[in-house]
Amino acid sequence: MRVSFAWLREWVDVPWEARELGSRLTMAGFELEAIEAAAPEFSGVVVAEILEATRHPQADRLQVCRVSTGQGEPLQIVCGASNARTGLKSALAVVGAELPGGIKIKAAKLRGVESFGMLASAKELGLAETSSGILELPADAPVGAPLREYLQLDDTVLELSITPNRGDAMSVLGIAREVAALAGRPLTGPKLAPVAARIDDTFPVRLDAPVACPRFAGRVIRGVNNRAETPVWMRERLRRAGIRSISPVVDVTNYIVLELGQPMHAYDLTKLHEGIHVRMARTGEPVALLDGRTVDLQDDVLVIADAQGPVGLAGIMGGERTAVSEDTRDVFLEVAWFSPDALAGRARRFGLQTDASQRFERGVDPTQQERAIERATALILEICGGVPGPVVLTREAAHEPRRSSVPLRRKQLARLLGIGIEDARVESTLTSLGMNVERTEEGWQVTPPAHRFDVGIEADLIEEVARIVGFDAIPEVDALVPQRLRDASETRPAEYVVLDALAMRGYQEVVTFAFVDPALQSKLFPQTDALPLANPIASDLAVMRVSLWPGLLRAALENQRRQQDRVRLFEHGTRFVTEEGKLREIDSIAGIALGPRLPEQWGAKRESVDFFDVKADVEALAAATGALDSFAWEPATLPCLHPGRSARIVRNGQPVGWIGELHPALARELEFTQPPILFELDYDAALTVQVPSFKTISRFPQVRRDIAVVVDESVSLSALRERVTLTASSLLRDLRVFDVYRGPGVETGRKSVALGLIFQDISRTLTDEDADRVVASIVADLRTSLDARLRE
Amino acid sequence: MQSLIEQALAEVGASGDLAALDDVRVRWLGKKGILTEQLKSLGSLPASERPAAGQRINEAKTRVQEAIEARRRELERAAVERELAAGRIDVTLPGRGEERGGLHPVTKARLRIETIFRRAGFDVATGPEVEDDFHNFEALNIPANHPARAMHDTFYFGDGRLLRTHTSPVQIRAMREHGAPLAIIAPGRVYRCDYDMTHSPMFHQVEGLVVGENVSFANMKACLHGFLQAFFERDLAMRLRPSYFPFTEPSAEVDMSCVFCGGSGCRTCKQTGWLEIAGCGMVHPNVLRAAGIDAERFTGYAFGMGIDRLAMLRYDVNDLRLFFDNDLRFLRQFRAF
Repeated sequence: MRVSFAWLREWVDVPWEARELGSRLTMAGFELEAIEAAAPEFSGVVVAEILEATRHPQADRLQVCRVSTGQGEPLQIVCGASNARTGLKSALAVVGAELPGGIKIKAAKLRGVESFGMLASAKELGLAETSSGILELPADAPVGAPLREYLQLDDTVLELSITPNRGDAMSVLGIAREVAALAGRPLTGPKLAPVAARIDDTFPVRLDAPVACPRFAGRVIRGVNNRAETPVWMRERLRRAGIRSISPVVDVTNYIVLELGQPMHAYDLTKLHEGIHVRMARTGEPVALLDGRTVDLQDDVLVIADAQGPVGLAGIMGGERTAVSEDTRDVFLEVAWFSPDALAGRARRFGLQTDASQRFERGVDPTQQERAIERATALILEICGGVPGPVVLTREAAHEPRRSSVPLRRKQLARLLGIGIEDARVESTLTSLGMNVERTEEGWQVTPPAHRFDVGIEADLIEEVARIVGFDAIPEVDALVPQRLRDASETRPAEYVVLDALAMRGYQEVVTFAFVDPALQSKLFPQTDALPLANPIASDLAVMRVSLWPGLLRAALENQRRQQDRVRLFEHGTRFVTEEGKLREIDSIAGIALGPRLPEQWGAKRESVDFFDVKADVEALAAATGALDSFAWEPATLPCLHPGRSARIVRNGQPVGWIGELHPALARELEFTQPPILFELDYDAALTVQVPSFKTISRFPQVRRDIAVVVDESVSLSALRERVTLTASSLLRDLRVFDVYRGPGVETGRKSVALGLIFQDISRTLTDEDADRVVASIVADLRTSLDARLRE
Repeated sequence: MQSLIEQALAEVGASGDLAALDDVRVRWLGKKGILTEQLKSLGSLPASERPAAGQRINEAKTRVQEAIEARRRELERAAVERELAAGRIDVTLPGRGEERGGLHPVTKARLRIETIFRRAGFDVATGPEVEDDFHNFEALNIPANHPARAMHDTFYFGDGRLLRTHTSPVQIRAMREHGAPLAIIAPGRVYRCDYDMTHSPMFHQVEGLVVGENVSFANMKACLHGFLQAFFERDLAMRLRPSYFPFTEPSAEVDMSCVFCGGSGCRTCKQTGWLEIAGCGMVHPNVLRAAGIDAERFTGYAFGMGIDRLAMLRYDVNDLRLFFDNDLRFLRQFRAF
C-alpha cells in the first residue's frame, strides 16, 4: 500500500522523518518496500494566471499569452497547448527554472515572438505519465505561490507491504493507528462531523443474507454536479496512492477507501429500481460489471441487487447498469460491512482483485460505516454540491461481529518469548493498540478493538506485545537439548558418499523438474500411467515423471546443443509411479552417459561410451554396498531401450533398476548424435549396505588354470559362472573373463569365452593334480549342461 | 715397464664402453694378457733379479687393475645417466583416465545445512511431494479461502491432491509420528505455479521445527543466528521483523546483514544492508493441536528457508534459473568436494 507521509501526518504527529518512519514500520511488521518523492525535483515553477491569450501571428497552433505571476509586469509566454485560455490558472516555469530531467528554462524567441518562460503540463512536471495540455489549477489557486508548496509536492510516499492478517492497516487511518502506538502519541485526524439531512429522501434496503451482510448504511444525495472538478489536493492524494481521478463522486469513494479503509459505492439513484436487496446470487445469474465484463454467478456469491437483478458483486465491484456518470444528478451511497467468510476467494474466482475485495476479505472495521458515510457526504457536498437525505443504517445486530475478550497469562508471555516483560509495559502497549485491558490473577483479560480481526488467542496478544516492544529486545538464548543418541545405521550410506561416488566416476549431478513433457514421457514409457497436473505451468511440464530419464534426456540434449560432446549426468530425486491405483514416490538415482568413453586425452583412443562402461559405474555402486553378489543383470528390456542392450537390475530377487542403451529409433527422433546409455536405481533397495563380516584368509597358495570354452551366443556369462561355481564348489576363489572371441576357428553363432579360474583351499596346498581334476570335471559338466567344447 | 704401464692406462682411458674396457682387461690382465705373459717370463731371468722384477710387474698389474675398476665405475655411472636421460617424461602432461564430475550447488548447500543442524542435535525428516490439502494447508491453519492460499500458487491434480507448496507439511507428519519433544529439519523440493526471473516452479526449501516444554522465541533467535553464521562462516548481524504466517504466532521474517556489502548497502540488498533469508515463528497452537500435541504443555518454533537462495548467496550465483538449466559449463564450477 502507498501512503503519503503528509497525509499520514494529518492523522498523527509523526516524530520521525519519512525514512526513519519506514524502518520503524518495517520493524513493526509493515515492511517498507519502496520510498519515493511525491514529485521529482524541479524549481522555479509558480502558480500563474493567463490574463490574455491571443493567436500567434506566425503560427496557427501557438498562442501568445500575457501571464501574471502576482508581482511585477505580466510576462509574455508563447504556448502550444490548446487549453491555454484567458482566465486559466496554471503552472509557469519562469526563466531560470529547472524541470525534471534537467531541462533549464531560458528566454527564447518562438517564430519571432519572445517568450519568458513556459506554461507546464503535469507530464512535464513529472506528476503524470501522460497529459493533454497545460496543468489546470482551480480558480482560487494563489497566483505567485511556488507550485511545490501549493500542491504540497515536497512529500514522500512510503510503499508498505501489508500482511494478509492486517486488513485493518490498509488505510491512512490504519497506519496512523500503528504509528500512534509505536510513537506513544495520540491519534489526531481530521474532525469528521455528521452532515445534517436537508431532505427526507431515502432508498429502501433489505438484508436477505444477514450473516454475510449485517450492516448497510445508505444515503440519498440529490442535485450533485458530477461534472465539477475534483480539487487538486484530492487528486494529488489519489495520485500518490496510485489511483487515477475519474469523477468527483467516484474519487470521493476511492478517497474514503484510502483514508478509512472502508470500501463504499455510489449508485446513480435514477437507475436503481424499487429497492436494494443484499442477497446471495442465483446460480447462472449474470451481472455486467464496471470493467465491461459480464460474469455468471454461483449461489455462494453475495450480490447487491435491485428489482431488475444484480447491480454489483458485493464488496468486489459495482455494476455497469447503475454506475454514476458525468450526468448523474442524484446518487445513492452504500457503505456496508460484508463478512470476510462471505467474500473469501470470490474475487479471485472472477479474476478480480480490487481495493474493496482485498479489504473485505481481510476484515473491515464493522463499527465505522456511519462515520465513513458522513465523511463521504461532506466531501461530495464540498465538491459537487447537492442536498443530502438522512443516513439510514439497516442492520441485523445479531450477526454483527463481536470481539470476545482473550486471557493473557504473564507466565505464558515469558515462556513463549523467553523474556519477561514488565506489567506496566504490557498494559501500555496493548492499550496503545486500542485494546481494553483488565487485570486478572494470572495476568490480563484483553478485548481487542473492532477493527482487529487477527487477535483471537493468547499467542496473538503475545505477538502484539513483542511486535511493539520490538523483536530486537528479545535476547538470543541457546537451548539445552537433552542428550539423546540417535540411530546412524551403517546399512544406509551417507548421501554424500553415494553422490560423490558417481561424481568421482565423471558424472555431474543435475536437478530437473519433477513434472515433464507428457509427449516425451509417453514415448519412453508408453505403458506407464503418469499423474497429470490439473494446472500445469506449461504444456511440456504437465505430468509427474515416472522416471528420472525424461529430465536427464532433456538435460543431455540441451548440453549436446551447447556443444558439450561428452555428457555424463546423474540425478537423485523422486519419481512418481501409480501402482494399482496407489501413488508411490520412489526415491531414485539415475544417470545418462553420452559421447566419448573418456575425456579427450593423449593416452587413450577416442571411443564411444557403451553399455559396459556404464555397467561398470553401476557395478561400482553395487560393489560399494559390500554385496556385489546380491546383484544380477537379467536380459530384459523396456520400450525405450535397445532390446539387445538392456538389462533389469535385480537384487536378491527383487527388481531394483534398469540399465540400457536408448532405443536407436528414439535416439534418432530426439536428435542425439549417438544413442546414450541410461541407468536408474531405486535408491533404498539398491544401495542398502551389507555390514562387512570377516572371513578367514587362506594361508595356502592359489592355483590358476585358464580355459577357453566355445558356447552358443545365447549362453550368458552368468549361466557359465553358475555351472562352474556349482562344479568347483568351495575350491573356486575367483572367476575372471579375460577374452570373448568370435571369428575364425569358432563356428558362426558361437563364441569363445576365456576364463581364468583361481582355486584355493582353506586347509591345504592344492597340487597340480587337484587343479587338473577340478578343471576336468568343470569341462565335462559344461559339455553336457551348456553344449560347450574346449577350444584348444 | 713404465712404457707398458702407460700404454695400458691409455687404452683403459680410451675404452668407450664396458665391452671395450673388458677387451682391454683381457688384453693386459687375461690369461694370455701382456702383463700375465710378463710374469710368465720371469723364469727366464736370473734368480737374483726375479723378486724385484716380479714386484714391478705385480705393481704394474695392480695399477692397471685399479685403473680398469675406476673406469668401469665411470662407464657404469654414465650408462645409468644415459638411461635416465632417455627415460625422461613430460610430467606436465595430464593424467590418464576419467575426470571428476561433481555435485549440484543446491545439493552442496543442502548437505551443508544438514550437517550443521545434525551437529546441533536435529534429525533430518522427509515427506511426500504429492501432498493432500490437509497436510499442506488445513493442518497448518490455512483453511479454504484463506488469503494466504492465494500467495501459494498451488499445483493441483484435480482430485484433492496437490504438489506441496512448502516443506511445512513435514512438520505435521513428524509431530504426528514422533510427538514431542522433537527437533527436526526437513529439506526438500517444493512447487509453486510461478516462473520468471526470480521464481522457479520447482525449488528447494528447508523446514525446521523444535518442540519442547519451554521452547522460546529467544531460543529460535539463537538457533537461526547460529545457523547463518555457521553456513556463511562469518560474523553476521541478524534481525527478526514481525510478519505473518498462518501456522506461527508470533511470526517473523529473518534478515541477515548483506553478505556482499557487509551491511553498508549494495545492489544485492537494494541498498538496505539487509537480506531477507527466512521466515520463522512460534508454532501456532492450532498447528500443535492438529498434530496431536498438547499445546498447553509444549511450545515450539518453526522456520523455513530457501536452499536455492542460500546457495546463490554462498556461491555468488546471480540468477536462480541457472540452477535448473543444468548447463555443464555452470555445473562444472562446483566440482570441489
